[in-house]
Amino acid sequence: MAGRNINVSETSRPKLPRHAKLKFDETRQVWVILAPERVLAPDEIAVEVLQLCDGERSVADLVDQLAAKYAAPREAIATDVIAMLQDLADKGFLSEAREKTP
Amino acid sequence: MSDILTDGKTTAAPNDGLAVLEQHRSTATSYGIPLAVLAELTHRCPLQCPYCSNPVELDRAGSELTTDEWKKVMTELVELGVLQIHFSGGEPTARKDLVELVQHANDVGLYTNLITSAVLLTKEKLAALADAGLCHVQISFQGNEPVVADRVAGLKNSHEKKIQAAKWTRELDLPLTVNAVMHRQNLHQLSDIIQMAVDLDADRLEVANVQYYGWALKNRAALMPTIEQIEETSRIVEEAQARLKGVLAIDYVVPDYYALRPKKCMGGWGRQFFNISPAGKVLPCHAAESITGLQFESVRSNHSIAWIWQNSEAFNRYRGTGWMPEPCKSCEFREIDYGGCRCQAFALTGDAGNTDPACTLSPMHEKIFKLAETEAAGGNNRFLYRNFAGGTLETEGDHGA
Repeated sequence: MAGRNINVSETSRPKLPRHAKLKFDETRQVWVILAPERVLAPDEIAVEVLQLCDGERSVADLVDQLAAKYAAPREAIATDVIAMLQDLADKGFLSEAREKTP
Repeated sequence: MSDILTDGKTTAAPNDGLAVLEQHRSTATSYGIPLAVLAELTHRCPLQCPYCSNPVELDRAGSELTTDEWKKVMTELVELGVLQIHFSGGEPTARKDLVELVQHANDVGLYTNLITSAVLLTKEKLAALADAGLCHVQISFQGNEPVVADRVAGLKNSHEKKIQAAKWTRELDLPLTVNAVMHRQNLHQLSDIIQMAVDLDADRLEVANVQYYGWALKNRAALMPTIEQIEETSRIVEEAQARLKGVLAIDYVVPDYYALRPKKCMGGWGRQFFNISPAGKVLPCHAAESITGLQFESVRSNHSIAWIWQNSEAFNRYRGTGWMPEPCKSCEFREIDYGGCRCQAFALTGDAGNTDPACTLSPMHEKIFKLAETEAAGGNNRFLYRNFAGGTLETEGDHGA
């Protein structure tokens, strides 16, 4: 079973699942997440975070990157990012890269 | 009546910095760019479900749009700004060109969803659809075990085939929604159906009470749940939603007849969605042809789909709030629910311009609530199976299967 009941932490390596597609909609000039029976409109921050969720980077990596970019306190960014990703995961719009077997 | 019935759906509003797109863009007098289209590729289907959402007058195979016509349609949809296409039917896998159509949808940038009974699928076919870029599979289930499920579907061994196809779907790493249409004859299986969805590793479960138009309206007496069943259902769904958070997303549709407020049907008439019938009619919803007196344009006409969406009389007839009579006209909820469902208003009052009787403010509401209670208690359990011959009554011991 892949990506069920995820607990997002700094070590998670999240990515969008196959059924959720992040794309820029040229007609409406907005970012959208396409999912079954739903179209979501992520805000700018959510888009930036989700673009970094490639299944390779850990949450810690992407928090570091955002903290550096916005010269903001790392702790505050970590709290916000984890809360946002956890909420997405609980709704089924986030999965986790599978553990690589050595 | 329990509190849960005050809402059309129990789904919580998003609170994650992500808002459903429509909530930003809907206004009372304008309409947007359509988000999604339901493409009914064919009305042919090996199942005979008595609540089928297809019209009673089914489109024959010979009238179906060709592969090239569907491809042209999809290209036009993208130009119009449509983001998602749901391949449906009938049974969409009865079309031999389904893989080609999914491939084309993917090529032009549409999010693709297959809404299927799954009984015609093979693992090879599913793999080919996945390779063609299919984003999501939705499989209908009629129960959690073959006795009830095969009887409702009117097809022997259908349940077993569905279970197998659902397993293949997940083996191929395709996301899966289990769609369970619920009614008096299978509501006692709801807990087991939820567990079945978990066991099948589904991502999402739709618990959809039957909507009574077309075939379902003909079968209403055999399908209508009791109020006790609905209260139990709401309790089971709420408990499962909390318990399975992060494991299985559950969407719940309550039956209109027992609701207090009407559903925002199709997100409002001609606002976000439309339907294309097998023969190419462009419809505000899949049941719209049940409203007599409305003329619907075809993709085979001289008009573009964009023109039909923006200018055709059928789309503009019930758009926004200007068409509304009282009690909708001055109602504070008029932009919340747009007066409910036009097809239901037509089916129950004879005028699609009336308030949907699912609403407590409709003068018809009390009557249809009583009607539901009476039919639910009436003991008529015999189905009229859906087919091209206008329906076949279930016979004792033979269940049409």
